[in-house]
Amino acid sequence: MSKPLVIRNNIRKLRFNHDEMTQQALADQVGVTRQTIIAIENAKYSPSLELAFRIAFTFDMPLAEVFFVEDGSVGRNS
Amino acid sequence: MSFQERRSIVDLVSSILITAFYSAYMVQRFPAGDPYSPDVFHFWGAFFLILIPVAIVAKIVIYIIFYLLNTVATREEESSITDERDKLIEQKAQMNSMYVFVIGVLVGMVSLVLNMPPSVMFIIFLCAGLVSEMVSNISKFYFYRRGF
Repeated sequence: MSKPLVIRNNIRKLRFNHDEMTQQALADQVGVTRQTIIAIENAKYSPSLELAFRIAFTFDMPLAEVFFVEDGSVGRNS
Repeated sequence: MSFQERRSIVDLVSSILITAFYSAYMVQRFPAGDPYSPDVFHFWGAFFLILIPVAIVAKIVIYIIFYLLNTVATREEESSITDERDKLIEQKAQMNSMYVFVIGVLVGMVSLVLNMPPSVMFIIFLCAGLVSEMVSNISKFYFYRRGF
């Protein structure tokens, strides 16, 4: 069975670069609650592909620039 | 503490209180005498049928009070959005709740096999219903607190 990937993101940094966009503003734009944005930012919750794309579109960035797999968590299958 | 966490606690406490007060009220009407008489089955049928609307009305009243108090205390209106994370947490909590209830039903069947009075089975069903609801609320609280 393969180990789960550790998915991180740059949302905090991207919000900062977008005029310090608030978590609530981002949540409103992508149609989720602020608690969900907090959970995603803290890597507690991995969003669906649709929500991940919505977040990437909000920042006008490719998906891979917003979400990435933590080093060392790829290819460690047991 | 988030709104969802507070709501889970309110749900948990209200479920316990509603079941406790309703049971305390109804137990006085339990038919005395033969534990296998048709009156006993009539009592338990009415017990569960009346519990459903009583619980619905009581929960609506409790929710209204909770929403009002929460808005006054936090000075912010809660979002009415139910997003994908909320739905997943709801599903996980319901699954945990269902496992507990199924175990309760099986234990109720065991009580029949052991020739216990039918009231024992109904009491086990009632307890299973309450415990499964508690598990659902505790699961929600845990998942919301943890993030997911």
